[in-house]
Amino acid sequence: MSAKEVLTGIHFINGDQACCEGALAAGCRFFAGYPITPATEIAESMSKRLPRLGGIFIQMEDEIASMAAILGASWGGVKSMTSTSGPGFSLMMENIGLGICTETPCVVCNVQRGGPSTGLPTLVAQGDMMQARWGSHGHYEIIALSPSSPQEMFDFTIRAFNLSEQYRLPVIILADEVIGHMNERVIIPREDEIEIINRRKPTVSREEYLAYKPDADGVAPMAICGDGYRIHVTGLTHDERGYPAMDAKGQEEMVSRLVDKIRNNRHKIIKTKNMFIDDAEVVVVSYGISARSSMQAVRDARNDGIKAGLIKLETVWPFPEDLIRSLTPQVKAFIMPEINGGQMVLELERCACGACPVTLVYNYGGAIINPSLILGAIHKAAKGKP
Amino acid sequence: MITPKASKSVQSHPMDFLLRTERIPHIWCPGCGIGTVFSAVIAAIKNTGWDPNSIAMVSGIGCTGRMAGYIKLDSFHTTHGRALPFATGLKLARPQTKVIVVSGDGDLFAIGGNHFIHAARRNMDITVVCVNNLNYGMTGGQQSPGTPLGAKTTTTVNGSPEEPFNFCYLASSCGATYVARWTAMQVRSLRSSITEALFKTGFSFVEVISPCPSSYGRRNRMGSALEMLKFYHGRSVIRGDIDPKDALMDIDKEIVVGKFVDIERPTFLDNYAKFNHLQIPQWRPMHSDDQKVR
Repeated sequence: MSAKEVLTGIHFINGDQACCEGALAAGCRFFAGYPITPATEIAESMSKRLPRLGGIFIQMEDEIASMAAILGASWGGVKSMTSTSGPGFSLMMENIGLGICTETPCVVCNVQRGGPSTGLPTLVAQGDMMQARWGSHGHYEIIALSPSSPQEMFDFTIRAFNLSEQYRLPVIILADEVIGHMNERVIIPREDEIEIINRRKPTVSREEYLAYKPDADGVAPMAICGDGYRIHVTGLTHDERGYPAMDAKGQEEMVSRLVDKIRNNRHKIIKTKNMFIDDAEVVVVSYGISARSSMQAVRDARNDGIKAGLIKLETVWPFPEDLIRSLTPQVKAFIMPEINGGQMVLELERCACGACPVTLVYNYGGAIINPSLILGAIHKAAKGKP
Repeated sequence: MITPKASKSVQSHPMDFLLRTERIPHIWCPGCGIGTVFSAVIAAIKNTGWDPNSIAMVSGIGCTGRMAGYIKLDSFHTTHGRALPFATGLKLARPQTKVIVVSGDGDLFAIGGNHFIHAARRNMDITVVCVNNLNYGMTGGQQSPGTPLGAKTTTTVNGSPEEPFNFCYLASSCGATYVARWTAMQVRSLRSSITEALFKTGFSFVEVISPCPSSYGRRNRMGSALEMLKFYHGRSVIRGDIDPKDALMDIDKEIVVGKFVDIERPTFLDNYAKFNHLQIPQWRPMHSDDQKVR
């Protein structure tokens, strides 16, 4: 193929396009999706780029089908993804659960807009944070990343693929309308500078292979369709062979496996970008576009002589529980700016565990948070006023 | 001295090479038609002579959906109604694999109805075998899109107020390249239709009218499984040359059976490759002596 997989160089593109380029650089060769604002540009970019790389783009009949198709493609041995926004994300929940249960690597990018329902199709929100965590039924762990710029859309999409391949689950990118539609400089590195992780294949014979018997890291090697292993994959609770094991014991074993592979590897998965937190008395914890407002506010607070710091969550799920707990002795207050009525702030409160006050700075969507509001909250917190 | 008798060994079945024998006994009720259809699917696969490693089965949820759990192929038991979009992704990612979808009338045409019409429209290269038992068996016999008007189910105790779909007509009008219907008693015809469907490139569809004695038959006083089989068979009229829209599926009048469609049409992948100037590996039969070993 003459087309380049990795468009090395400096680009001026929006977040949606950067997401597409990140996916292709990570080796994604299958995209199934359905048009939805503000994520459509990801699908459009994919539809232009994938055929030239010998990949498949298919526009499905809805988001349920899109999610099902990327799971099927992943079992066919091809790295796959879909993109959507709130209403489509709701429809994907069913098969995200199938992906979790069957441990299927794939990536879902949710470019968030205002909700509930059709809400604000063209305007920003961060209202799907808890939906990403708990949206499919049953108990499970998830990995979700939150980019704050088109550059991070590129970088985090690659990381999302790597995490999905490494830990065998659908990884969610929780972007938002502003990140998706904002044009900024995006630097695409050389292909050999990009770290790519691929799923581990089984090394044993068909007779010895147990499809869901984890290695030491908690993740089982994955045989794909046609490898000759004659795998059985089911959304029913299953044992290490992949066969239904529908009782309390089977449930305990399977769900433990799904949960532990994330929990026990959380130190490798969780990433935060910390700014001025060593001596910080007021720590702002934020993510996505709100982290950009927060960064401005923290800088302004420092200029005002307040010991403010910022934790920018690169992974929103799993939540950096250990980091927050370790900071509670030194911190006077935490502040969480987010574009919803208070979702991640609940996690922050849980981890602060009453040791220090937690303040929410928010709007319900439609606009980003003005840094002055966050600065005001920092001033109040520094004076000890909740 | 008494020599202990050798314990009676479990006899092997000619189809064992494609069964996950460690999972038998299966969950299907005595008299259920799914076993017959399952056996016909396996026989058809054997007829093709293809390497089982180049065939995959995808199913949705329900009694028929459990076939994927017993067949020794790469097999995927997915979510309710979503077998076809899952199979679509699998097929497009791995064109060299033959993909078979098996499912019931409720899974394929109620919750999965939208996926069915679009998979047929795109002419995805997938073979679909639908066990139409006229109700939802797994959940205890509720009304389905195959339930005849006036029939009793647990959710239509006084008779179903809805007209059922004619699945073969629907499949053909959506663009399926192969469409056939048989009752579960017409095993030879069924076997050869599934074999033909497997050899077909494109969206092929075989419907089987199959007894559900535990639920549908009991509530509609149709007698034993055998009586149900005989009843469906008695209602059936073979009319292979008929326009699919006239292929009546009415258990009170006539069950028209036969092959209704057998046409050629470019598949999604054919068109995708054409418009994007690509060379995509097409599925081709891979023969193997693997069957004898396994």
